[in-house]
Parts: sequence; C-alpha cells; structure tokens
Amino acid sequence: MPKITIDGKEIEVPKGTRVIEAAKQLDTHVPYYCYHPGLSIAGNCRMCLVEVEKIPKLQIACHMEAQDGMVVHTNTEKVLKTRQHVLEFLLLNHPLDCPVCDQAGECWLQDYYMKHGLYDSRLNEDKIKKPKAVPVGPTVMLDAERCILCSRCVRFTDEISKTSELGIINRGAHGEISVFPGKELNNPYSGNVVDICPVGALTDRDFRFKIRVWYLKSKDTLCNGCARGCNIQVQYNTDRPHHGKGERVKRLKPRYNENVNKWWMCDEGRYGYKYHDHNRIETPLRRIGGKVEEPAWDEILRDLAQKIQNARNKIAVFLSPQLSNEELFLAQQIFKDSLQAKHVVLVSPNPPGFEDDILIRADKNPNSRGAEAFGYKEENIKSAAAVRDCEAGAVEGVVVFGQDLFEHLSHMNIRAAFEKVSWSAFIGSNHSVTSEWAEMVLPAATYIEKEGTFTNFEGRTQKFNQVLEPLGESKPEWKILIELAKALGIHLHFDRTEEIFDEMVLKIPYFKGLTYEKVASEGGHELPQMAAPTIPDLEQAEGLL
Amino acid sequence: MEKLISKYFVTGKTFGMDEYLADGGYEAARKAFEGFDPKGLIEEVKKSNLRGLGGAGFPAGMKWSFIPQNTGKPVYLVVNADEGEPGTFKDKYILNHVPHLLIEGMIIAAYANQVHKAYVYIRGEYVGPHRTLVRAVEEAYAKGFLGKDIFGKGYALDIVVHRGAGAYICGEETGLLESLEGKKGFPRLKPPFPAVVGLFNCPTVINNVETLSYLRFILERGADWFSKLGSEKNGGMRLFSVSGHVKKPGVYELPLGIPLKDIIYDHADGIRDDRKLKAVVPGGLSAAILTPDEIEVGMDFDQLRAKKTMAGSAGVIVMDETTCMLKALLVTMRFYAHESCGQCSPCREGTSWVYRILKRISKGRGRSQDIKNLLDICSFMGGTTICALADGAAMPLRSYPEKFKEEFEHHIQNGKCDSPDCPIAEDLVTA
Repeated sequence: MPKITIDGKEIEVPKGTRVIEAAKQLDTHVPYYCYHPGLSIAGNCRMCLVEVEKIPKLQIACHMEAQDGMVVHTNTEKVLKTRQHVLEFLLLNHPLDCPVCDQAGECWLQDYYMKHGLYDSRLNEDKIKKPKAVPVGPTVMLDAERCILCSRCVRFTDEISKTSELGIINRGAHGEISVFPGKELNNPYSGNVVDICPVGALTDRDFRFKIRVWYLKSKDTLCNGCARGCNIQVQYNTDRPHHGKGERVKRLKPRYNENVNKWWMCDEGRYGYKYHDHNRIETPLRRIGGKVEEPAWDEILRDLAQKIQNARNKIAVFLSPQLSNEELFLAQQIFKDSLQAKHVVLVSPNPPGFEDDILIRADKNPNSRGAEAFGYKEENIKSAAAVRDCEAGAVEGVVVFGQDLFEHLSHMNIRAAFEKVSWSAFIGSNHSVTSEWAEMVLPAATYIEKEGTFTNFEGRTQKFNQVLEPLGESKPEWKILIELAKALGIHLHFDRTEEIFDEMVLKIPYFKGLTYEKVASEGGHELPQMAAPTIPDLEQAEGLL
Repeated sequence: MEKLISKYFVTGKTFGMDEYLADGGYEAARKAFEGFDPKGLIEEVKKSNLRGLGGAGFPAGMKWSFIPQNTGKPVYLVVNADEGEPGTFKDKYILNHVPHLLIEGMIIAAYANQVHKAYVYIRGEYVGPHRTLVRAVEEAYAKGFLGKDIFGKGYALDIVVHRGAGAYICGEETGLLESLEGKKGFPRLKPPFPAVVGLFNCPTVINNVETLSYLRFILERGADWFSKLGSEKNGGMRLFSVSGHVKKPGVYELPLGIPLKDIIYDHADGIRDDRKLKAVVPGGLSAAILTPDEIEVGMDFDQLRAKKTMAGSAGVIVMDETTCMLKALLVTMRFYAHESCGQCSPCREGTSWVYRILKRISKGRGRSQDIKNLLDICSFMGGTTICALADGAAMPLRSYPEKFKEEFEHHIQNGKCDSPDCPIAEDLVTA
C-alpha cells in the first residue's frame, strides 16, 4: 500500500485512494465543491488544488491518486492564494443574494469564503444575469445565477438515478444547468440533487422558505417508507412554531451508510413525512352510541383490558410490519403467550409498490423481515381466517394496530365482517376510516416519536431513534402494550426499549448475538442467504468516467 | 527551398486520385507495408524527429509508442482537423488541395499502430475542405486503398469523416474525443491519457492533419533525410500560416528553426506599405506576442519556448505600427471568453472577466488598478485548469500589457490612443 505524506503527516492508504480521501483520514480538510465520493470525478471546481512535491503545477486532490512516497502540501502560500482566487472566480458572477437564499447557513460558498475569501471584490463590471427560480421538476427549483457549475447534479442523474435529465448548456461564463428539452427532473431520486448541490442553485421546493436552516435541529434515525431502511436525519424545529404553522418536521435528509443507502434516499421517503404533523389522533377516544368521548389513558386501558378478559381468547389482533421488533415481541408475549388469542395476524397496511435496483423496495413496510423472525407471515386479508371467524361471529373483539384496514382493503367487504364483532380497538397515530369506526381509539406515537429496531429486507437490524416527543397524549405502541399488559395483570418488567430488545435477543433465535449498541451504530446481521445489495457501488460509479 | 506538401498548393486546384498517383502517391503507404513491421515503422518515425504539428509539438513517434497493443480493445486513429487556432489555416490548404496526402499518412499511421478504424474530426466551418476530403476518401475506397483488404495486404482500414459544430474547445484532443462520442466538448481529466483510454475508452492515437501529411515524405526519402531538414530535435519542415500586415500573407512551408525575421521579411515580403513592425504572434493566437527586437528567434518548439512563447500551430500574425494593442488584446480575449467550455471555474470566470475589463477600458472607463488586476487574474487562470485553454488565454494576456505597458497605461488615462483603429468600433464592444 502506498505511503503518502500530507502536511508532514504520513499515512498508508489502499492503492487507488485519492489524495483528498487520504487527507480526510488525517483530519486534513482540503476544500472542494465538485468532488463527491459517490460520483465520478469531474475535477472542474479547482478548489482542491494542492502542491505535490516534484510536480511544478498544482494538482487537484480529488483526482490525484496517492503514490508511494508522494509528499503533499495543502497549506502552502501558493495553495492558499490559489484557493482564494478560485473562490474569487466562483463568486464573480454570483448574485450574493444570501438574505433570500434558502441555502444560506449550509452553503459551501459561505463556509469557504469565511475561511479563504478575498473580502475585497475587484469586480467593476456588471454581473452576468441568468434565470432564477426556475422549477426544473416537481421537487426542485433552479437558480442559475447561484450555480458554480460543479456538475454534481448532472453526474447524479447520469450515474446514480441513471435518468440523465440534466445537462450543462451554453459555453463559458454563460454555462447553465438545464433540463433537456421536453424533460423535467422527475425521477424517484430527484431530491438528492438538492442535497449534493453545494450552493443555493438547487433548492427543495418542499422546503424553500419554510425556515432558516440555522433554526433546525437534526436527529439521526431511519426511514420507514420501505423495506430498505435508509439511514436518514429528521430535521425539525419546535422552538419556532410560527414557522410553518406549527409543523415540527421540516425535512428529511439522507445519512451516509455504506451498506444500506450510501449517500442517497428516494423522494417517496424524503417527502413522506407530512403525517407526523397532520391528521393526528392526539387523545384517547371512545365511541358510545354515536357520541365521542375523550377518556383518560388509564380509563381506556382499563376498559380495553376488561373487554379483552371478558372475551377470553376470542379476539383477533391485527399486527403490522410497521411495528418495531420490540413491539412485535411484546405483542407476541401478551396476545400469543399469555392470552392465547385466537388470531394474531400480520397484515400489511400498504400494498406492494414500485421497486428498482437502486434503493426502493416494493415492500413499503420497514419491518417485514423482523416480523418473519417472529414467525409471522404476512396474511392476505381476503383469505385470512381471522376475518372469516369475525364474519362467522366466532370473534368477540378486534385490536387493530396502526393500519387502516377499511381504506387499504376497501375492495373487500371487511367492514361487514367486522361489524359482527361486539367491540373494536384501534391503536394508531393518524385518523383513518378504521379509527373513525373503532369503538376505542388509543393514540400512538409515529415512529419518529419513539425508538426501536427494524430489520430491513436483507435482514439487517437497525435502530431508529426518537426525534420528537409524542404529539398530544399519544404514546409509543411499546409503552401502550406495557401499560395494557399491566391492566391485564400480565407482568412485564420493561421500562425501556433496550430492555425489551435484550429480552428479545435472548428469546428469538434470529436476533441472537445482537446488542443494542451495535444495531444503533452499524446495524446488525445480514442474512447470509440474501443477495448482496444492488445499490450502485462507488467504484462502479467512478468507472463510468 | 524545396517544397514538400506545399508543392501541391496550386491555386484553384485539387489533386484528385489520378494526379496524385501520377506523382508517386500511395507508394509510401505501400512501402510501409512491404518494408516495415509496425514496430519498425514507429522507430522510423521516431528517428525522423517529426513533431506533432497541431501545436503541442510532442514527438510523433514517441506518442505512437505509448499505445498499448493487445489490450483486447481496438486501437483508434483520430485525425484532428478541427484547426481552430486563430491565425492558422494550413490544414485547410492540405484538405483543399491534396486530401490524398492526409489519407496516405493515415494509412501509414494506422498500420504502425495497428488501427483498423480511423476518424477525421473536421472543423464544421470547413464545408469545402470537408467535401474535398469525403470525395478523396471515396476515391481511395474505390482504388482499394481503404476497406477490407488494402493494397491486397489483408489489412483492413476504414475512415469515417465527422464534422464538428464550431467549438474551439473541440480541437483540444480530449474535448474532441468527447464531441466525437456525441457528448458536449468538455476536455477530460488526465490521466488516463488518450493513448491508453481514448475514443470509446479504447487506446487512441490523435494526430494533426499536417503531422500525418509529412509521413509520405519520411517514408519516401528516409527518416535521416527528414530529421536533417530542421533544427536539432525539431525534424523537418512545417507550414507557417502568415497573416496580418504583411505584403504576401499565405502558407509557407519552411524548415523548423527558421528565423521569424526571414518569414516576415523574406517570404512574406515585409510589412504592408513598408511600415514598421510593432508585434508578432508567432504560433497562433494562444502564443505570447513578440516585439520587433525579438524576431531573430528560430521558429522551432524549443527556441520559442525559451522566449516564453510557443511555436504552437505556426500561425504567424503580424501587426504593424498602426495597430492599437488594446484592440488586439480585446479581440483576442473576446475569443477565449466565447470559446471557454465553462468547465473549470478559473477559465470560465477568468476569461469572461478579463474580456469585460478590457471592454470597459476600451470605452474609456479604465481604472488605474486594471492592469495589475489583469496580470493577477492571468496568473491564477493559467496552470490551474483541466486543459490548456486557460493557459492559451493567459499567455497573450500577460504579454500584451507587459510588452506594451505604456500604451495600456495611456489608454487607461486618456481613454484612447493615436492608432487609426482606436477608439474601438462599437460592434466589437457589444459582442
């Protein structure tokens, strides 16, 4: 392996490592715009020029491969001066409209200019005018004046989404990013171009002008939009409710995970966050003779426990692959092991959808593999024995977790079957036909308001984190289950999800060997029989150049 | 002095197949097959000291020896006939008058590099030369000099003629390859070099029209003879395109290393109206200008480099004493601002900025710091980019205000100079 010296520090790196990456390993930050580890090398921004001994010209660190014995300097006067002037060039025709630019606060031009800027404009000419606020697709807005033509977005659509909607038109200082005639930037991954745009040229139409980015807080978690389990950040604000009508979640951003989603996430996941702040059930509800009451939690839990006990085992529980492993584990302990309920079935609330070989999976549930580990096979509601038994009057009560059985399965005459049961309970986060119908409604937290683990389609168990407090009086399902167990007189000694997880690891063979720590940091297990993930790999992407 | 290529430059005449054959045409190509193996042929060209005459001056034989054989991929030959360097028009003469000379050279180069498919990327504006070349290619196919079994030697070679669309940057060899592949003409990052990863990711030889056109003579009379024509390490002759304020502008075929003074005064017959010389661009617009006291220089790659300019494409642009140097530089920089591909920040922004500063000065609104700024921009624009376009802009940009400092200062202070060309015509300024 070549040994290279950067600013006096030596490091050994694998052959083929770019100088910019070797520097990163030494905590030496070489500034850059066009370079992106997930894309091919364009080498056009010239920000990462460094001095390499024995080479007269400055070299770009993003393209230069580390060679044995190479001595690199990233901070010489020549380098710093050049960097300063590259920035001068980049900002020459930039409109400096930071006060109205959404990127302000997370803009690489601002960041690097603070560090390397010239601070004294020498431009006495008129700036070149280009189009502003051009919608290039349903999710992305282009400001050509702010663009530094780094071509990251073009390379993304060529190499990652493989849809090639974008290109650079015109020449020289008149160059502009543009969609090809008759096209729009409307692919399942469009939103990523906003993430990788280092400046304010591409902004997110969903996020624009919602809030200044410095008011945002961010927490790491997972996406629950499909069986991939992309690692994401939820960016939210709770201090300034006047920004965005009290909506807490402002946007989702992908978070790098080499094994799961690399740097990317899909638009379906990215924009699928609205339900956290809309149409939520915030208090327990009970319907008696057409009237809706708002009972206290202990009252409704007592009521439900009473009904479950009276029904003996003649209940049907509809679980969902949207639940965490811990919740499925608790449900199993309570309904299967203790109550021996007649039916504990797993029904998907979402029909299978679009799938590709990039990230998106047809299974729109985050935890179908986890549910399999508990022995659940997703059942088709049409033929489910539980529904037949309801229809036959052999079931006294139903407990539905999360899903809207009536809406998603409206083509079936489920309602008729369910009308035959004498009571029903719905545990979920958002209003739906099912929640409007159920006699007892227990408000649940959404997944970003709780923590737990999901097992993705490859069998990788990953932890998701609580980002926000549950809205209103809602509670995470695992808490509801523990409290329900208590009301039922079932003794479960758990207070935290970690305790449930540890117990689950002991009892469920699939999870053997996992620790909460491990699944939180890197995710654990990957079923050996599963095929390797088909997301594009870096080397392949680079090879496209 | 003996003429090689330029003996065919007869006004209004194109040498067709029959006339070319009658003059010994295609015998050299046949000789290449009969007298050499590919390796030996490369050695012969190396020995001739033939330099790349597109502008970079890289030894042609050496370039060929970098081509990896047996990679499992085809090797391509690409002829750069984009001839976009302002002040250069020699390839046009070859294509117009004796296209078979190029085709014969291509056959020789193809055999030396084991190429079976060759492309000619011809400048879009060269409508006439394109027509002439295409006709010549057809004639060569008809004669069996191209196709499946050329000269009956069992060797296949096809030639595809492709027209460019008018971008200077597509004359940069990797920009050319991108364009030929159907993409936007953005020069590629190097390494890998085209010799290894070129057209369609295959090893590729790229040569200029003129370079290939000399191969016939090297084969006919031997490498030693050719190498002795020029100066040391600068073998042979080359075609100088002489334009500007001379009495007899045109293409002159002269040995490398000939003094610039001889070209201007002996061959081009001196300055028009016997005025005084003011400045000369020695090697195409991208070369630094020379002043009258520098014209003793020998016109080869090494001697001109020593003078901090370059032999480039041998486009000699002569300016007499009436020239407004600000106008000359403005026109020059307008070209680079217009032709920068826009990929690299320093070139994209720098060329356009420089042009706008010069435009302002020309309108009489110059500022005292302008010259300093121009030179400063120049030093951060050159040497920091993917291709050499920015260097090509930086070289003249530095030389004009440095060599004509007083004139530029005078312009800034007074808004104009005494040249009949100044003040600058409004149409130049509005572009």
